[in-house]
Amino acid sequence: MEKTIAGKTITVNEEGYLTDFSQWDEKVGEALAAEDNIPLSARHWEILKYLQNEQKNQVALSIRRIGKSGVTDIKEFYQLFPNAPLKTATKIAGIPKPASCI
Amino acid sequence: MKNLIILGAGTAGTMMANHLHHELKQPEWQITIIDERTEHHYQPGYLFLPFDIYAPEDIIKTIEEFIPKEVQLIKQKINRILPKENLIQLEDGKGLDYDVLIIATGAKIAPEETEGMKGSEWQKSVFDFYSFEGSLALRDKLRDWEGGKLVVHITEMPIKCPVAPLEFAFLADSFFKHKHMRDKVEITYVTPLSGAFTKPKATEALEHLLHEKGINIEPDFAIERVDNEKKEIVDYGGKTIPFDLLVTVPTNKGDELMERSGMGDDLNYVPTHKATLQSKDYANIFVLGDASNIPASKAGSVAHFEAEILTDNILRYVKGEPLKEEFDGHANCFIETGGGKALLIDFNYTHEPVEGSFPFAGIGPLRLLKESRMNHMGKLAFRWIYWNVLLKGTHIPFVSATMSEKGKHYENV
Repeated sequence: MEKTIAGKTITVNEEGYLTDFSQWDEKVGEALAAEDNIPLSARHWEILKYLQNEQKNQVALSIRRIGKSGVTDIKEFYQLFPNAPLKTATKIAGIPKPASCI
Repeated sequence: MKNLIILGAGTAGTMMANHLHHELKQPEWQITIIDERTEHHYQPGYLFLPFDIYAPEDIIKTIEEFIPKEVQLIKQKINRILPKENLIQLEDGKGLDYDVLIIATGAKIAPEETEGMKGSEWQKSVFDFYSFEGSLALRDKLRDWEGGKLVVHITEMPIKCPVAPLEFAFLADSFFKHKHMRDKVEITYVTPLSGAFTKPKATEALEHLLHEKGINIEPDFAIERVDNEKKEIVDYGGKTIPFDLLVTVPTNKGDELMERSGMGDDLNYVPTHKATLQSKDYANIFVLGDASNIPASKAGSVAHFEAEILTDNILRYVKGEPLKEEFDGHANCFIETGGGKALLIDFNYTHEPVEGSFPFAGIGPLRLLKESRMNHMGKLAFRWIYWNVLLKGTHIPFVSATMSEKGKHYENV
């Protein structure tokens, strides 16, 4: 479905995740973060860029891997993106929701 | 003579030995299987042990009785795999060369990964049911537990048999009803996932059942530690859940052998091509069952479907033919829902579990994603099938290794 955010039309799935990363820019990221009441600091951006890069390299994302990434630890990740940090952070980063392992 | 070595004589390794000894025969081939254990456990039985539904003797046999005579069984710990030298080094220092290696060393619990889990309350009020010892200790605890807050908990994914903790919650509900003490027990299901299961259709059906049975669900809970003094679990976000009895599924990891050999990922699973089951790093190494990192369920049914396809691929490999990219992630699981009923789910990499009939389209007799007594009979009958059909590598009639889409209610299909 289409959605207008930060003056831009983007395509998202049922859960609000961007389906086409080329539609993402930092303004879109900020607006998506604002929907979850998260003002983005420099630390947030470091993590978001890290997630986008991992996604580009086709690395499966998990809380455990982020904890060991050296970019942040799990505690801080939760402080920056409360409740369900991986789901929230990937949505803001414009990348797919990590497929939970079965 | 050429050597094929199988590491691990659990469900997956035993099935491969039974498949391959018909195909790769002496004197051209010697098949060897290595495992330090002496007993073969029917692991799905660990779920039933705590509720006194199965006794230990129902789920334990010797490894030997399932290994064909022509296959050499070595009961020793494996020190290292040296994949560049095509060599297995045993604990006593002896080396074994291989032409083809199959890794089937499985996965096991690692409670030490979570702070406080293996603390002062371990096996007093904190239990697992993914090991024989844990399951038995929990049985003894449940026999005279007087009730309180029961928390059924998953630490992190992936785990073996992702439906087992749900089944535990359902069976606990049933167990306490039978003991006329359900009103004294509050059951909470705590999961790192955002719902009861990993696939949306099944999650809907399963959450309905949780609700019906008065089981609370706490999703999105990523545990940081177990507080043994306060008897609560704490998540990274600071959320706490108190317990009188915690039944947890600790982090699952592949065998430490992978770490010693430098062949595993951060959870000791071996990077594996998901359609051929060939190792991503070494052409003459194949991986099946829980030991691999493929995005399929860690379950005996998956190992069974994999074994049929892997047998083909190994025969192709030794003849120098291209491998078939055939494995589709097919899994087929009975889910005990308590009260003598069960659900059945059938799914693969791309198709989530849906309603329908199995194995015969439109007929059944088993119903997919619907509770029924027939499904429960199927689950109980499965123990017999496991010992007498599955481990021996006999094909189960009418159930194909790749998933059938017939008789299932897919949307947009």
